[in-house]
Amino acid sequence: MTHVLEVRGLAVEFDGFKAIDGVDFSVEQGELRFLIGPNGAGKTTLIDCITGLTRPTAGDVVFEGKSLNGLAEHRRVKLGIGRSFQTPTVFDTLTVADNLDLAEAFRSRFPRLFLRRKGVSAGVAATLERVGLADVAERPAGALSHGQKQWLEIGMLLVQEPKLLLLDEPVAGMSPQERLDTGALLHELAGEHTVVVIEHDMAFLRRFAHTVTVLHEGKIISEGSVDKVQSDPIVREVYLGRSRDERSGQVKEPAAAGGRRGKS
Amino acid sequence: MSDATIVTPTPAADQVLGESDPAVKAPRRTPLSMLVPGSSNPWPGRMAFALFAIGILAVPSLMGNPSDIRQWAEWLCYAMIAVGLDIAWGYGGMLCLGQGLFFGLGAYAMGMHLSLEQVPKGSLPSFMGLYSDYTELPLLWRPFQSFWFAAAAAVLLPILISGLLGLLVFKRRIRGPFFAILTQATAVIFALLLIGNLKLTSGFNGLTGFTKIFGRNKYQPGTNKWLYTVAAIGLLVVLAIAMKVVRSRYGKLLQATRDSEDRVRFLGYDPAIVKTIGFMIAAGMAGLAGAIAAPVFGIVSPGQFDYLPSILMVCWVAVGGRGTLWGAVLGALVVNWARVTVSSARPDDWFYLQGLLFVLVLAFAPGGIAGVLRSRWQAVTSRIDRKRMQGDMTPVEATV
Repeated sequence: MTHVLEVRGLAVEFDGFKAIDGVDFSVEQGELRFLIGPNGAGKTTLIDCITGLTRPTAGDVVFEGKSLNGLAEHRRVKLGIGRSFQTPTVFDTLTVADNLDLAEAFRSRFPRLFLRRKGVSAGVAATLERVGLADVAERPAGALSHGQKQWLEIGMLLVQEPKLLLLDEPVAGMSPQERLDTGALLHELAGEHTVVVIEHDMAFLRRFAHTVTVLHEGKIISEGSVDKVQSDPIVREVYLGRSRDERSGQVKEPAAAGGRRGKS
Repeated sequence: MSDATIVTPTPAADQVLGESDPAVKAPRRTPLSMLVPGSSNPWPGRMAFALFAIGILAVPSLMGNPSDIRQWAEWLCYAMIAVGLDIAWGYGGMLCLGQGLFFGLGAYAMGMHLSLEQVPKGSLPSFMGLYSDYTELPLLWRPFQSFWFAAAAAVLLPILISGLLGLLVFKRRIRGPFFAILTQATAVIFALLLIGNLKLTSGFNGLTGFTKIFGRNKYQPGTNKWLYTVAAIGLLVVLAIAMKVVRSRYGKLLQATRDSEDRVRFLGYDPAIVKTIGFMIAAGMAGLAGAIAAPVFGIVSPGQFDYLPSILMVCWVAVGGRGTLWGAVLGALVVNWARVTVSSARPDDWFYLQGLLFVLVLAFAPGGIAGVLRSRWQAVTSRIDRKRMQGDMTPVEATV
């Protein structure tokens, strides 16, 4: 099997609300997959299920042929599943280098944890360069700008060398240049790693996405290339039609909006 | 300070020395405002430790009154508890309101040994003749005839119990106020168990009458001084360990867990284990403090270890400044000094004053005494730093 990740018949219910309703989803080795959908479509919940934050009501998550059911979050990380969060959560009181160092040390034997960090390891140094934070390595992470924190968060993920990266809106709050850099980085990562990205930004999507999966009300409604998904009438109706980023004129706003209203 | 021990890239000792040496004009000097214990530069902490060690070892020779020395020895034991509690609460975010449990376990372990030291080998401690019909030493008491067993138990028993309690609680993701209440309850249960088992523990009265202390007579002039030295060394050991711990990767991980447990989980660590270890370190330190405090107090009784003293321990750390080890030490010493000073002059007022102090600190100086001192230091030195930076800039421009 080339499928690194397979989600079968996944369902999540919160007090009767079906956040995810029978999702089958698989990602191949080395793929860069974008996950889109309107607010409340279940994108983050899907990631939560893969990483163990949320227990599914039904279904199974299989990573490298192994079912993850009932496995604690940190054990999934040890298997090679890394994730980032919508709002970057870095450790503000620690320095940038400490943040990366802790991220890197997660596999080390316990006694090593009781030593003081001396300098930075090769892995941390390389990551500092890669995410452009080498100059601020010894500054507290709390002093970073929002974009830099986002980069640090990505760096903390990279330094762990996960096989599968799950990124929840990595470019939210980034400047146009930072977006381009992030997009380039994602392409660089794909191939060696498998990357799944949740993203709202349509311009970013069109520029960097190969394969897109569209979620709506807990179900997958379309999957394929950006062009295929964009021309899918159902997707247009539920998603692209009401996207504020949609300025291309391919979709007629009033018609789509009307369709949505008619549906609900 | 030998240069061989200097580690890159943490700012080095030569930069610190450079401050007083005009010949060394390093372009990037450590700002003075960074020179506080607990910053990324380890040297201020080490210097503070050296000065503190000299200071507390010199205290007895500054005081003539043996009862003052005994008082100080007691405070040093409190400082040990505060340092441990600061690791758990200040660095790990675990508000433990039951530290008296671990302090008490340590004190009772050593107290049992001391009780047995007062009577001929193999015979019963004196209270058992009054409260029980034991004819030979109960099984529980037997190993405490050995000093080394008692000393090991004083430290290991709290570590073991805190480890089990921690795993049970943290694995279930119980935290915050629930953890605080739970620990407080364990301290209450401990005190009730001691009171309830009159035959074994002498109940409410506790273990008393330690006139022979490790072969010394309590009333001999040198004994208090000797006990003080033991307490001082104990505190220095505890502090040295604590400094190592908070500087280590584990220490950073503990702080990270305090700030965002979920993020730590997704870094691949189990926060329950991280927290349990911090809790165990704190318990071990309180146990050691108890073992040394037992001969210093001369009595161990349940009232010393139940919920009220446990809350006061948190109060010391809060007043001193949680999240800084020196703050914890300072808090324990200052609050207890104030307690003794105030309550000897106006016995009724201390209780209110203490509550007021706690509230005032929480409201106006959440960083405690250490926090205030640090921000004052930084306010003063940042001005000097700015001047120095301007000083550094001019010659560079001149040469270009």
